[in-house]
Amino acid sequence: MLADSDRIFKNIFGFESYSLEAARKRGDWSDTASIIAKGKDWIIEEMKKSGLRGRGGAGFPTGMKWSFMPKPSDKPHYLVINADESEPGTCKDRDILRHEPHKLLEGALIAAHAIGAHKCYIYIRGEFYDESSNVWKAIHEARAAGLLGKNAAGTGWDFDVELHRGGGAYICGEESALLESLEGKKGQPRNKPPFPAMAGLYSCPTTVNNVETIASVPEILRRGGAWFAGIGRDPKNTGTKLFCISGHVNNPCNVEEAMGIPMKELIEKHAGGVRGGWDNLLCVIPGGSSTPLLPREICDTVAMDFDSLRAVQSGLGTAGLIVMDKSTDVVYAIARLSYFYMHESCGQCTPCREGTGWMWRIMQRMVKGNSSLEEIDMLLDISKQIEGHTICAHGDASAWPIQGLFRHFRPVVEQRILDYRKQIKAAA
Amino acid sequence: MPKLKINNIELEVAPGTSIIQAAEQLGIEIPRFCYHDKLSVPANCRMCLVEVKGGPPKPQASCALACADNMEVFTDSEMVHKARKGVMEFLLINHPLDCPICDQGGECDLQDQAVAYGFDRSRYFEPKRAVKDKDLGPLIETNMTRCIQCTRCVRFASEIAGVDDLGLLNRGEDVEIGTYISKAVESELSGNLADVCPVGALLNKPYSFTARPWELRKTESIDVMDAVGSNIRIDARGNEVMRVLPRLNEAVNEEWIADKTRYAYDGLKFQRLDRPYVRDTSGRLRECTWEEAFIYAAGKLKSLQGGQIAALAGDLVDVESTYALRDLLRSLGSNMMDCRTDGAQIDTQNPASWRFNTTIAGLEEADAIILVGTNPRVEAPIINARIRKTWLAKRVPVYVIGEQIDLNYPYKYLGAGADTLETLDIKAEKPALILGMGALMGENGAAVLAMARAKAVVKDGWNGFNLLHTAAGRMGALMAGFVPPQGQFSMNGIKAWYMHGVDNPVVYDHMVGKDDFVIYQGHHGDVGAARADVIFPGTAYTEKSALYVNTEGRVQMARAAVTPLGLAKEDWRIIRAFSEVMNAPLPYNTLSDLRARLAREIPAFGAIGAITPVAWSDFGKPGAVKGVRFASPVKNYYQTDPISRASVTMATCVEAFAQKQRIAAG
Repeated sequence: MLADSDRIFKNIFGFESYSLEAARKRGDWSDTASIIAKGKDWIIEEMKKSGLRGRGGAGFPTGMKWSFMPKPSDKPHYLVINADESEPGTCKDRDILRHEPHKLLEGALIAAHAIGAHKCYIYIRGEFYDESSNVWKAIHEARAAGLLGKNAAGTGWDFDVELHRGGGAYICGEESALLESLEGKKGQPRNKPPFPAMAGLYSCPTTVNNVETIASVPEILRRGGAWFAGIGRDPKNTGTKLFCISGHVNNPCNVEEAMGIPMKELIEKHAGGVRGGWDNLLCVIPGGSSTPLLPREICDTVAMDFDSLRAVQSGLGTAGLIVMDKSTDVVYAIARLSYFYMHESCGQCTPCREGTGWMWRIMQRMVKGNSSLEEIDMLLDISKQIEGHTICAHGDASAWPIQGLFRHFRPVVEQRILDYRKQIKAAA
Repeated sequence: MPKLKINNIELEVAPGTSIIQAAEQLGIEIPRFCYHDKLSVPANCRMCLVEVKGGPPKPQASCALACADNMEVFTDSEMVHKARKGVMEFLLINHPLDCPICDQGGECDLQDQAVAYGFDRSRYFEPKRAVKDKDLGPLIETNMTRCIQCTRCVRFASEIAGVDDLGLLNRGEDVEIGTYISKAVESELSGNLADVCPVGALLNKPYSFTARPWELRKTESIDVMDAVGSNIRIDARGNEVMRVLPRLNEAVNEEWIADKTRYAYDGLKFQRLDRPYVRDTSGRLRECTWEEAFIYAAGKLKSLQGGQIAALAGDLVDVESTYALRDLLRSLGSNMMDCRTDGAQIDTQNPASWRFNTTIAGLEEADAIILVGTNPRVEAPIINARIRKTWLAKRVPVYVIGEQIDLNYPYKYLGAGADTLETLDIKAEKPALILGMGALMGENGAAVLAMARAKAVVKDGWNGFNLLHTAAGRMGALMAGFVPPQGQFSMNGIKAWYMHGVDNPVVYDHMVGKDDFVIYQGHHGDVGAARADVIFPGTAYTEKSALYVNTEGRVQMARAAVTPLGLAKEDWRIIRAFSEVMNAPLPYNTLSDLRARLAREIPAFGAIGAITPVAWSDFGKPGAVKGVRFASPVKNYYQTDPISRASVTMATCVEAFAQKQRIAAG
């Protein structure tokens, strides 16, 4: 279990104020200038050393991402912070925005200096009204205290932050759709390459980072990359991570834990255990709604980190655990997620636009059992036809929950289909 | 120069070439819907997926991926086949599959590719999506349920046509193409939307349900609705023109044509002159035979001196007949002939003065464009599209002298007329000055011409002096020497007029005397025929093989798509036959004789498709011009000549357009 002294987010529960004064007491903004004085190369090197992987879901090493930014030219560089947290089951960024906005702003200044940006845009989910108010207030406080603006925080680096509220589309959490939306266009993902580091916001070099990633930066640099790398199960899955535990647990919560903590330990220690005891567990979606679910047998032993979860054909994603006990109609649960992905598809790529609706319609029938055994294979085939064939990962995200369902619960669906047939026959 | 392998064939391509383009160089076809080589690349249809070794383990969109060194691309592997089959299935599940009642049937990308990559039956048993049709105006028919959301139309409208009228609305399954608020697409290029649409969602409205593509006889020809000389394909069934489509010519119209070019053809069915007429003693036109018409006209002309006869050439005339008429007139002892019926003071002595010297494609090299007395949007929409393309690519500054017009790119307005032109000082490496007919009309035209010439637009290796003609026949007639001596046309003592397709009312109102004898040769019962004493029924551009010269000086050959109507004859033939009656037979009996002689006398006419260079020279008459304001001669884009004036489709456009103006005016 993570020692209290190793926690980055000391106010994640919101027991203290989010104001600048309280944040300073917690250590934020304490020696920003001395960190920046060590230079960009040192910062990027230290970030690489820490092994921090992007906390938005894809898990791309942050230090490496920053190092992709081109050398300064006549084009401005931008830092964009993705606060469009919309993945069902995920609420970690929300609490950072609410309770630790100054961590985010300090991290933004350091990250911006590392990538040569003077401007940062925070793209915040439209529904996060209170959160955006808190961030807005924090920005004003920081500006008034000289922490943002010209010679921000006495670092000699000019830097300012703009807050942009989204319109509430899930797809705008995809980095390139976010940039499109930020530019005032329709939020549709861009084709890559070029990646944002080459041509991002307004075709200028841009780094897009998740809120948690950026908010972790000051603490990592203050305590050194080695400290962060020392936490976690192996060198590729390091540091601390915010886990969001929701669903059928006694005490749903957001908690910071060491990367690689066993799922069972995480749920039992922090979330008060599964409702009705561990034996009542049916399955867990480990990393936000797009990751394939894991049945109890796997949950017993699996560790919560990128590579362990990938090994069991799921993923850490955003580390939003959705716990389902045996009262759950798992087919219905996945059908509901199918509906979500259909509703949130932006509609530009053919497979995702047409396929998500098709899958949802089949899933809807399967909830009742109004289907056939052959249709299961067809559904999986459709999901394979979507997966990997689209511009962004939304296609994959819509396919994975269904693939996960049939990987582990195919007999349940088959039984339901047979029962339904029997019922129809009896009625006729 | 990246070197890569496609299907194990090694090739080297220019940097920035996409895989789909590289494959095309090898003759490997990659299916596509959203990709169009003249539009931006959204990579959203996902049909062109290919396997790339050394990349991510999933298929890549070949339209959006640039070739790189050591790439190994496979367009025919199992992964690719599976991906294409999947995408095709998704495209078809919500497509109505109503090919038997769809006008696109037979020339539909979706249909063709479904045969190549689709399943032979459907696995989809859920309800299908239906989309409400949109009203995009009188030219574009919509069947939005058939739409596959490739967004080519949206990109065409915003990138090429420069009107942000179309967009992709809603999201996910509910996306549809629409105009946000219901309105017609306001562009002179809107017909191309039907061409870029790969399915039957956007269709040619006037052509709806009239023909199937496989019934049509296709003739490659040249358009005469403006002086651009757009390359077209005329599709005819029997002796009826069913539609007009663009033909690729990168130097002229790329692959677009303007709406008048595409839709005015129905004017060829109305108001036609299909037999000769003479005006009888009661003052009415009476049908007659060719013999009677010739003898009557010859009788009148023979009673006059050569110097009392003049000839004018109208806007749609072809080169051969103009040349023949010139020869005829000379042999009758007259040299009073002119083709500048709109009164534009073109300097007939210097070919460099009446040309679009940069060439249309050459506009893309310009670093400043100055429009003087012209509104290219209505005078030559294709050239306007080229200016827009140049602006879009390089943000070149565009300046306007003349009327304040609605162009579909931003420009800097300098002033209303000659005073501004006089003080104009262009600081650019390659300035392109486009002088319209509007600046040359009127008494001061020659002075304006000299003033424009004095602007430093001609430099070493760059000639930026451009004259933008509005009449398709004008350049050909100028080159064929259908001009008066020293460029001075004199009406003194003229008693008889040979009007070759002249339908400009100003000519009849101000030049032709009440008692003058008028021979009208043409194909439409328009202004000229109404005044004529004898009518020789000629042929329209779809009915003859003839040469036309566009505003650049490019000689192009039109081909006959249908035969002449009734007793009408090809124009050069009429003149040749009439010369016989006049006892002054012309020295050619066949079209090839005529063309051979033409090319011998004026070699430029022998180089079909090419522009023959001319020397830069002095022209215009320097003089003081004060207070002259320039205005485009084209006030109503849709009706500029006898064909478009007879067209019902064009009248509908005017109605739709005028209605909008009425609403705007409140």
